[in-house]
Amino acid sequence: MSATLSEATQAAFARHPIRLTLNGQSRELHVLPWTTLLDLLREQLDLVGSKKGCDHGQCGACTVLRDGKRINACLTLAVMCDGAELTTVEGLADGDQLHPMQQAFIKHDAFQCGYCTPGQICSAVGLANEGRAQTPGEISELMSGNLCRCGAYTNIRDAIEEALPRCQQSGGDQ
Amino acid sequence: MNPFQYSKPDTVQAAIDLSSPVSRFIAGGTNLLDLMKENLTRPEHLIDITGLPLADLSETPSGGVMIGALVSNADLAWHPWIERRYPLLSQAILAGASPQLRNMASTGGNLLQRTRCYYFYDASVPCNKRRPGSGCPARDGLNRIHAIFGASDQCVATHPSDMCVALAALEAVVHVLGRGGARTIEFADFHRLPGDAPERDNQLADDELITAIELPAPGFAEHSHYLKIRDRASYAFALVSVAAALELDGPVIRQARLALGGVAHKPWRDRAVESWLGGQTVSRETFTAAADALLQNAEPLEHNGFKIKLARRAIVRALGDAALGTAPQGGQA
Repeated sequence: MSATLSEATQAAFARHPIRLTLNGQSRELHVLPWTTLLDLLREQLDLVGSKKGCDHGQCGACTVLRDGKRINACLTLAVMCDGAELTTVEGLADGDQLHPMQQAFIKHDAFQCGYCTPGQICSAVGLANEGRAQTPGEISELMSGNLCRCGAYTNIRDAIEEALPRCQQSGGDQ
Repeated sequence: MNPFQYSKPDTVQAAIDLSSPVSRFIAGGTNLLDLMKENLTRPEHLIDITGLPLADLSETPSGGVMIGALVSNADLAWHPWIERRYPLLSQAILAGASPQLRNMASTGGNLLQRTRCYYFYDASVPCNKRRPGSGCPARDGLNRIHAIFGASDQCVATHPSDMCVALAALEAVVHVLGRGGARTIEFADFHRLPGDAPERDNQLADDELITAIELPAPGFAEHSHYLKIRDRASYAFALVSVAAALELDGPVIRQARLALGGVAHKPWRDRAVESWLGGQTVSRETFTAAADALLQNAEPLEHNGFKIKLARRAIVRALGDAALGTAPQGGQA
C-alpha cells in the first residue's frame, strides 16, 4: 500500500468556491465536496438554529428554505447550493419583529423541548409558500416530514392554521 | 461519508463522458447521500447533474407528456398537466416521502432508489445485494416488510418507490443516454427481479443517465386510484400499495391496469388478470375475483403472510374507488 494519498484522493480534498445568499446576505465560501449544508451552517457559520436530529432526512429538524422551498439540510451537499438563496430560522424575523409563523408558535405553545421547533417553523413557512394546505388534515399530512417527540402536534397544527393566511398574504417572501 | 471528487458538467454528453464504474450521478441526493452516510456505497466521484437542461415538462407528438429527469417530485405531483391528466401519478408521488424530500428528489432519481430492507441498510451484516455471494439474512430473518412475489433464494427485498407503481400502471417509457447512444426502456422492463444478480436493481448501465420519463397519452384520469397501506398514517414506506386504473363504458370495463407496490423487487403487474378484467362488469365480485387470481401465485415468507390478505382487500378497494371516479386532488394523499 502506498503511504501517500492517491491523486484522486488529493484532488477530492480541493475546496470548491460557492456563492450563497444566506438570510439575505451574500456569502462567498469554500467548501469540501462532502460537507452537508447542515454541517456548513452549524459547524462553520455558527448558525445552530437548524438542528441535527437524525442526519438521515427522517426527522425534519434540519429543515431550511432553499429558494423558498423547504428541504432537509442534512441530505444536501453545500457545494450543490452554489447560487442558491437560503433562509434558516435565524433569517425569518425582520429585526425584532418575529415572523408571523414564529408569533403563532409562541401564541399556541407549539413546542415543549423546542428541539424540533426551528425545523417545524421553516417547514411551516415552506408549507405556506406552497399554498396547498387548507384544512387541519391537509396541514397534518403536509407537515409529516417534521417529527416532534414531545408530541406537540396539535398545538403545532393550530399555530400553522392560524398563521397560514397571514404568511400567504405577505406573499411568501421567505 | 467517504472523500470523493466533485464535478458539475454543463451538458448531458459531458456528464456521460465523466462517468466511470466508480462514479455516481447526483441530483436530489436524498437516497444516495443517505447510503453514503451509512457506508453502504462509497463512490469516488460524484457528478452533479443539476446543471443539465433536463428540468422541463413538454407534450409529445403522440399526445403524452415528456418529463425531464430533473423535475422534482413535488413539481411533478403538482404540475397542472399531471394533476389533470394523470392524477394517479400525482396521488402516488404525494403518498411517498415527505414534502422536504419531494422538493429535493428528482424524477429520474426516484426510479433508482435502493430497497429499505433492514439487512441491506445494515453494513455489518451480509447482504447479496450489497456484497454478492455473502448471503441473505432476510430470507430466514425478520421479513415482515419483504416480497411475496418474484423473490429469489438470494434476495427477498422490495422496491420502495410509490411513484414507480403509478408509472408501471401508466406504462411509462424511460429515456436514457449513454456512451452507446440513446435508448428507451419500457417501464415494465426497467426494474429487475433479483434472480441470481440481486445487486442489480435495474437495466441501467454504469455510463447511462436517465434523461426523461415519457407518459403515453392515456392517463385514466376519470377512473384511477392509488391506495397505500403503511404502518403509520403518513411518511412511511408501503407495506402494500395499489395503483388501479380503469377505462369504463358504463358498467363495463374496457381496459384495466393494476400495479402493486411493496410486494416485489419491482412494481408488480399481472397481465393475465388485467386482460381478464377487460369486458367484465364493475362489481365487488369482479374485483375480488381479480384479486384472488393475482394473489394465488404469492409466496409468503415467515412474517409477511399478512400481505396477502392486505393486498386482497387493497386491490378490491382501489379498483372500487377507481370505478367510482377519481377523487379531486388535495393535500391528503
